[in-house]
Amino acid sequence: MTTEPVIKARGLRKRFGRTVALDGLDLEAHAGTVLGVLGPNGAGKTTAVRILTTLSAPDAGQARVAGYDVVREPAGVQRQIGVAAQDATVDGVLTGRQNLVMIGRLSGLSRSAARARTGELLSEFSLDDAGDRVVKTYSGGMRRRLDLAAALISRPPVLFLDEPTTGLDPVSRQRMWDVIRSLVAEGTTLLLTTQYLDEADELADRIVVIDHGRAIADGTAAQLKREVGGGRLEVTLSEPHADAATALAPFVSGPVTVSADRRHLRAPVTSGGGLATTVVRALDAAQITVEDVQVRPPSLDDVFFALTGSAAPGGDDDQPALAEAA
Amino acid sequence: MSAGEMDARDLRARSSRGGLRAGGLRAAVRDTAVLTGRNLVHMAREPLRLSDVTIQPVLFTLLFIYVLGAGIVLPGGAYTQYAIAGLLAMNLVTSAIGTAVGLSEDLGSGVIDRFRTLPMWKPAVLVGRSLTDLLTAALCGAIVVATGLVVGWRPHSDPGSVLAGFALFLLFSYALSWGCACIGLFTGDAESAQGLGLVILFPLAIVSDALVPTQRMPAVVRAIAQWNPVSAVTTASRKLLGNPDAAGAVHAWPLQHPVLAAIIWSLAMLAVFAPLAAWLYRRQTSD
Repeated sequence: MTTEPVIKARGLRKRFGRTVALDGLDLEAHAGTVLGVLGPNGAGKTTAVRILTTLSAPDAGQARVAGYDVVREPAGVQRQIGVAAQDATVDGVLTGRQNLVMIGRLSGLSRSAARARTGELLSEFSLDDAGDRVVKTYSGGMRRRLDLAAALISRPPVLFLDEPTTGLDPVSRQRMWDVIRSLVAEGTTLLLTTQYLDEADELADRIVVIDHGRAIADGTAAQLKREVGGGRLEVTLSEPHADAATALAPFVSGPVTVSADRRHLRAPVTSGGGLATTVVRALDAAQITVEDVQVRPPSLDDVFFALTGSAAPGGDDDQPALAEAA
Repeated sequence: MSAGEMDARDLRARSSRGGLRAGGLRAAVRDTAVLTGRNLVHMAREPLRLSDVTIQPVLFTLLFIYVLGAGIVLPGGAYTQYAIAGLLAMNLVTSAIGTAVGLSEDLGSGVIDRFRTLPMWKPAVLVGRSLTDLLTAALCGAIVVATGLVVGWRPHSDPGSVLAGFALFLLFSYALSWGCACIGLFTGDAESAQGLGLVILFPLAIVSDALVPTQRMPAVVRAIAQWNPVSAVTTASRKLLGNPDAAGAVHAWPLQHPVLAAIIWSLAMLAVFAPLAAWLYRRQTSD
C-alpha cells in the first residue's frame, strides 16, 4: 500500500490583484516528516501556508491536509492542524494562560483539559513565570513561544510554522529549534517555512525551494547540494599577489572573488578530488605563497544562487544566510 | 502503529471515529460563551473604555435634567419623569458604538486568523460580541435608572410592565449592536468605525422624541423623528413605565402603536443586520 502524503498540494495558484503570489505550486509531506519551504520574502511561502490552513482559498489547484480537502472540508482540516503564523495571533490583552485556555476550549477541549494542557505547555515553553502576565508585555521570543504553544494545545498531528524564528535573537532561535526537533521526534508532520538556509538544513527532511510562487527545486539538503554540483574553492595567501586570480582561473568553473585585503580568494569548482593539491602546486609554480587551500562542499546558499541566479535572501556575498541579517 | 507509519488516510479515519469535540448546539453555546468571556476580560482590563456606559450615563442624565431640562416646559408633567426613558435610549444608542470599535480592533489584530484556523463554531466571534454588548447595555441601563431614581424619577405601573419596558430597550439595543457590528466590519479599523458610528448614531438618538417632544420640530425633521425607531422604543417604554409621554396628539403610526412598532423595528433590524454582518465578516476575512 502506498502511503498518502499528509500534506499534498497540486498546482496551487493565487493572485492578489496583478501580483501573482502562487504560480502552480506543488508540495508534499509524508507523515512524521518535516518539509522545509525555503524562499526569499515575497516568494509565496505565507500564501501557501494560508491556503493549506484554510485561511485563504486558492484561485486554482487542489490541496489536501490529513486527507481533507482544504476548500471543501475546512472543518476536517482544522481538527487536524496547529498553526503558528508569522504575525502573532494571540490576544494581547489576555494573559498567556488565558490565551491558551481560550484556544484550548475553542479547539474542543473541556475546561479542565484545557487548563491542564495549558499548565503543561507553559512550563514546556518556559513561560511559567510569564503565564499570568498580559501578552502585550511579552518579548518577541516569548510571544513566538506562546504562539507555538497555542498551535500545540490540542496535540494536532499536523503542524504549520510560518517563519518560526524570523526576528528572534540567536539564543531564542536555538531554543525554538530544540522545541521543533522534539515535536518531530514525537511524530508530528511539520511544514516549516523559512528564509534561512541553515534553518532548513538543520530541521527539514525535505526542502522545497520556492521563488516567484513556484517550486524551483525539491529534495533533501544533500540532493540539492549534489544537484548544484561541485563546491567552492577557498584560498588564503600569505600576502596579496596580483596574479593570484589569473593563476586560479584554469581550475575553477566561475568568477574568482577576491576579498578586500586581497589575501582571500574564492571561486566555484566542479569537482573536488585532488584539486587542493593541484592548486597548491600551480600557485607555487607561479611563486605565489599559500597559507591555506580548502575545497568546501556547496552550502544551501550556493544552491539558492545556482537555482535563482540571485543572491540568497539575507546572505551577503560570502557568508551563508545568517539570522542576524534579518 | 507508530506515528511515523501513519498517513493521511489514517489521520482522517481516526478523526472521523472519535474526533476532538462534541458537535452541534453544545459546541456553539460553549464557543460563544468562551468568546463572550474573553470580551469581558478585555473590559475588565481596560475599564476606562467602559466610561461610555458607566460615567457618561450619569453625566448625560444630570446634564439633561438640570441644565437643558430647566428650559423645557412640558404640558402635564415634570421633565424628569419624561426624560429618563429618553436618556436610556440616548445612552444605549451612543454606547452601541463599542460593538463597532471592538470588532474592528479584532479584525486588525490577527487573533481572528487564529480563530479561523480552529475547529470552532465560527459565528461565535459575532454572536459573542453581540452578547457582550447586551451585557454592557444592561449595565448602562441600570446606571441610568439608578441615576434617575436619585434625581426623583419613578415608574408608575406594575412591576411586569416596568420589566417589559426595560426588556424592550434591551431588545432594541441588541438589534442595534448588529447594525454597529456592520459598521465595524465595513470600516475594518477602529478610528473609522468610531467616526462613522458617531455620525450615524448621534442623529439617530437626537432626531427622535427621546429628549424633547416632536410636535414643535420643523415638518421634515418631525416626520423623521416620528418614524425613528428610537422614538417608538422610547414612547413604548414611557407607556410601560407609566411615565408621561407627548405622543398622544401625534398621528404617525409608530407612535400610535409604539410597543408593536418597537418590536417590529427591532426584529427588522436584526433580520437585516445579522446576515449583513455575517456577509461583511466573510468578506473581510477572505482573500
